[in-house]
Amino acid sequence: MNETVHQEKISPTNGRSSTGKGLRTEEMVINMGPQHPSTHGVLRLEIVVDGEIIREVIPHLGYLHRCFEKHCEYMINYQQVVPYVDRLDYVASMNNEHAFVVAAERLLNIEIPERVHYIRIIMAELQRIASHLIAIGTFGIDMGAFTPFLHAFRDREKILDLFEMTCGARLLYNYMMIGGLSHDLPPQFIEKTKQFCVEFKQTLKEIDDLLNYNEIFIKRTANVGILPKDVAVNYACSGPMLRGSGVDWDLRRDDPYTLYDRFEWDVCIGKGENGTVGDVWNRHMVRQREMEQSVKIIEQAIVNIPEGDVKKAVPKRIRPVPGEIYSRTESPRGELGFYIVATDSLTPYRVKGRSPGFVNLSVINEISRGAMIADLVAIIGSTDIVLGEVDR
Amino acid sequence: MTPQEIHDIIKSQFGEIILEAKLENVPDPSIKIQPEKIKEVSLFLRDDERTQFDVLMCLSGVDYKGKLGVTYNLFSMTLKHKITVKVEAPTETPNIPSVESVWKTANWHEREAFDMYGIHFEGHPDLRRILMPYDWEGYPLRKDYETPEFYNGMRVPY
Repeated sequence: MNETVHQEKISPTNGRSSTGKGLRTEEMVINMGPQHPSTHGVLRLEIVVDGEIIREVIPHLGYLHRCFEKHCEYMINYQQVVPYVDRLDYVASMNNEHAFVVAAERLLNIEIPERVHYIRIIMAELQRIASHLIAIGTFGIDMGAFTPFLHAFRDREKILDLFEMTCGARLLYNYMMIGGLSHDLPPQFIEKTKQFCVEFKQTLKEIDDLLNYNEIFIKRTANVGILPKDVAVNYACSGPMLRGSGVDWDLRRDDPYTLYDRFEWDVCIGKGENGTVGDVWNRHMVRQREMEQSVKIIEQAIVNIPEGDVKKAVPKRIRPVPGEIYSRTESPRGELGFYIVATDSLTPYRVKGRSPGFVNLSVINEISRGAMIADLVAIIGSTDIVLGEVDR
Repeated sequence: MTPQEIHDIIKSQFGEIILEAKLENVPDPSIKIQPEKIKEVSLFLRDDERTQFDVLMCLSGVDYKGKLGVTYNLFSMTLKHKITVKVEAPTETPNIPSVESVWKTANWHEREAFDMYGIHFEGHPDLRRILMPYDWEGYPLRKDYETPEFYNGMRVPY
């Protein structure tokens, strides 16, 4: 540890000890987590501070490592990986399943009925809203605002009810199958989703009023933890983290998978209305605006959803063509990719989950240097990590 | 730019370093090169204006039984093309130059590959375990890995 000696210059008495020598300050290492409400899970940070100023942040991961990749190599077939994928990013399970089944289907060359694609997109977008509601709600709590959290969770509950009526589960669904879906939509689903979309627009406005343009909240988040464009790209940040830095990039539009190119919606980027582009406030606002766009996609999808059999293309036996594939989709946190190596065996030879949380977290040392300890809470909150996918 | 053109650019720039290329009839076209050249090739692919691979999407270690491989999935945001670069090194001496200085995102990915496969990335600034405990022995994702009986006095298999 470097010992630095600072000479006090402000006034002759201020900061001087009784011996008359200059006050000696030195860097200190403090520990945050793994059990800490603001680390959003079991993340441990070793923070080198000089007074309140952060000099370095060293994350220590692995407290939630559950050997996902090792498990994949011991499955009987590819379909058995899906429940494990659910448990990676446990607040956005539908998006994880979507990413994995899309990867597996590309590897197997299966053609999927259009109805399946539509239902998957509806589910993925509903889940994106649910996940962003958690991100926004808990971020509000981190910043000392409790009420928006309750509003956010009230509406998340409605989405979970929709999922429950579709597949019986509220959090970990095991809903998507390679080649199809485990259940078709229940009779009232379309109607209830339409109703949700109408009601949800009101919530968006409420959150805007309660949190986003609140003076205290802006003071707390604007100009904090600025992530410049080029650093974001070099660190391969993705999702709201990248768009908050003003990079106009969304995999759903720029590298389209399934049927996303059929819908009309906008990519939201940080515009710097408050603070600087790339700061915590702008990242937060990207999430807020993305929920609006997700509603737009859902509204288009439920109107145009075609008829069909959701289990028609499900293969009896999944035997992939030997080869390897890297397939990526846009999860609420960013680019969720799966690198799969297939041999002629029924078991995957290698599965790597490229989780957006893992990559987005790696930039934390870069953006929190020079910030205050209290700002670090804001920065972690704005990266929106879920330790389930960081540690896998 | 098509994978064939990228292949030709690498070939004209570096000569005979391409060991194998799968460019057609595969979901992700890939080029396998000599492991000791990976850093130069990466830097070239990032900075050359014809390729501009500014994003390293994913870096994964793979155990090919007897050889350890690393797969680099590259993507260019500006030109919107992809390529997969692969290297392989023998399991006994798995030394591969680090590309951390080219793409910072490789830092944690390489630490993970070191953690799981024991691939030694030369020139990495901070090659520590990342997901497993720091005092863990062995490399869990290797195909010949055997789960230890005990870790710090705790029984591992259950």
